Amino acid sequence: MGKNIRCIVAKPGLDGHDRGAKVISRGLRDAGLEIIYTGLHQTPDDIVESVVQEDPDVLLLSILSGAHTVLFPEIMKKFKEEGIDDVLVLGGGIIPDEDIVKMKEVGISEIFGPGTKIQEIVDYIKGHLKR
Amino acid sequence: MTSTEKNRENFEIIKKEKERWTDEIVKKSLEKVPERKRVFKNLSNIKINSLYTPEDIKDLNYIKDLGFPGEYPYTRAAQPTSYRARFWTMRQFAGLGNAKETNKRFKYLIANGQTGLSVAFHLPTIYGYESSSPMSAGEVGKEGVAIDSLADMEQLFDGIDLSKISTSMTINAPASILLCMYLAVGEKQGVPMNKLTGTIQNDILKEYQAQKSYIFPPEPSMRLIVDTIEFCTKNVPKWNTISISGYHIREAGSTAVQELAFTLANGLAYVEAGIERGLNIDDFAPRLSHFFNAHNNFFEEIAKYRAARRIWAKHLREDYGAKDPKSWRLRFHTQTAGVSLTAKEPYNNIIRVTLQALAAVLGGTQSLHSNSFDEALALPSEDAVRIALRTQQIIAEESGVADVIDPLGGSYYVEALTNKMEEECENYFTKIKEMGKGSILKGSIIGVKNNFYQREIANASYQFQRELEAKEQIQVGVNKYKFEGKTIEPPELIKISDEVSNEQIESLNNVKAQRDEALAQKSLEKIKEIAQGTENLIPYILTAVKAYCSVGEIIDVFRKVFEVYREESIF
Repeated sequence: MGKNIRCIVAKPGLDGHDRGAKVISRGLRDAGLEIIYTGLHQTPDDIVESVVQEDPDVLLLSILSGAHTVLFPEIMKKFKEEGIDDVLVLGGGIIPDEDIVKMKEVGISEIFGPGTKIQEIVDYIKGHLKR
Repeated sequence: MTSTEKNRENFEIIKKEKERWTDEIVKKSLEKVPERKRVFKNLSNIKINSLYTPEDIKDLNYIKDLGFPGEYPYTRAAQPTSYRARFWTMRQFAGLGNAKETNKRFKYLIANGQTGLSVAFHLPTIYGYESSSPMSAGEVGKEGVAIDSLADMEQLFDGIDLSKISTSMTINAPASILLCMYLAVGEKQGVPMNKLTGTIQNDILKEYQAQKSYIFPPEPSMRLIVDTIEFCTKNVPKWNTISISGYHIREAGSTAVQELAFTLANGLAYVEAGIERGLNIDDFAPRLSHFFNAHNNFFEEIAKYRAARRIWAKHLREDYGAKDPKSWRLRFHTQTAGVSLTAKEPYNNIIRVTLQALAAVLGGTQSLHSNSFDEALALPSEDAVRIALRTQQIIAEESGVADVIDPLGGSYYVEALTNKMEEECENYFTKIKEMGKGSILKGSIIGVKNNFYQREIANASYQFQRELEAKEQIQVGVNKYKFEGKTIEPPELIKISDEVSNEQIESLNNVKAQRDEALAQKSLEKIKEIAQGTENLIPYILTAVKAYCSVGEIIDVFRKVFEVYREESIF
């Protein structure tokens, strides 16, 4: 029997572009994953608190404003402080190529840009769970 | 035989002939080569026939349903001469880094033939946070220009004569504050407020429905909007007090019909709110403007704009009793669809934008922003934004499409589709009115609170994504004709450094150190007092911005009085 995969979809920062986050949430849910969508305007503290409380297998972060350069590393720093090391973290949105390298360095496993198929994300998650 | 009888006979002949053609000619052809799709439909799920004939628009009454340009019901055009007198306003949305950098971009655009300004604010301004707030971390200057106080606005318009250019500001919850800052800059330049021209977006309903940059609950938000309308009607008569926007509804994933219906319903809600305040409809309705998206399905978009003008005119005259033709006349700005741009093979976006911009022009837009091809990757570079502007200039000056008013009017397909869009829009109006027990204003607010709009939009956007993945919707270079080699990439991408934030915070601190602190605090106190009552807030906001109170400080006062709105997040 397959294990139930639990995911948090979060929107850090102020940007309200939530079409992607909502479509991904629904697509993953239809693929049989369990989804908790945080809604908009989440601070790094809010997101880490949700992760601590909900204990997900995967955290998906969506951002389109360019604030990922500050917010993604901040979230990963707080992960370290909390000792969270078994949650797969993925990013999505408008993330320039040169930033993808930096985001991976701080611990984001993969970045999915515009044009990604939902199935690609599902397959990636299933192949890269950390627990 | 009367002419009506002749007409009827004519339709009968066409109908018969079409049946014959379908059964004999088409059938044979399909046996050899079937159609590409089982069902053809547009982005609003409206089924599209293979051919349209006079029979499809047999009930169309030319005078009643189309009329003449610049006259009721305005289906053909808002202005009597349309683009034969003046092209649409070419207005590129711009804002990056700080005020100084954006001022430079404005001047670059003006030097290259742009005819109106359009300000993109960074998210902290949009949400009413100072650049120094923890909520602004990582956001300063990223998605638009950082504006904290009047000092930034003075810098933003430095060397630009506000008596000669109109300015559109994409700002919603804090719209009244940014309007006051603009009025104050005008005053410093010696331009009185009754001479200033421009637009504030100031459309909060679509924020709850789609774009999400609301701050307060709907009721106090509506009060701020009506305060602005009331103040401008008396003091800033050439200002467009709201830009009722479908753009963001569409970008959030709605269909074209939903964009049309929700936008116009929101517009009617503002009309009802103005009337409820005791304003005379003909004093304020002429200054309401609209803002639509230009998406991929060419004729669907054109039909949408034409239907919008007719629907607005009919409701303003018939339902709300407006007497001034200017109240009936819908004017609109258009932006090409950001959501349609692809990060893969970005130069293909130039072609997408050209087609979308052409649809907006054929639909009779008053003003247009054409997206830059690099916008799926970053804020537009100077070269990219110049090509986008050139796209409009080429359509205007070289293609000849602007020489005839509403050149597609009378097309069997376009007229039939215009009728269909109107019909489906009216169905949504009925639903919204039912929610509000006869009031569109109440229905809109109830629909926001019970997630009616949010659910409709989420369903449409998810359906589109599924169709995309099933290749029922095609994105060239993404899910078809994928190019595996090395593509041409834009030579430079704009990158806003995180340094901008430190500089902006320092500059805000300097402004605060130099202002008359007692005056600033007193004006904030006064705003609090007025916000608790019912008097019009605008004069007090104007006093506060002149005392160099920041957007964040004023919004903080409102946050305390009006409280903040939280939505239940559905997907």
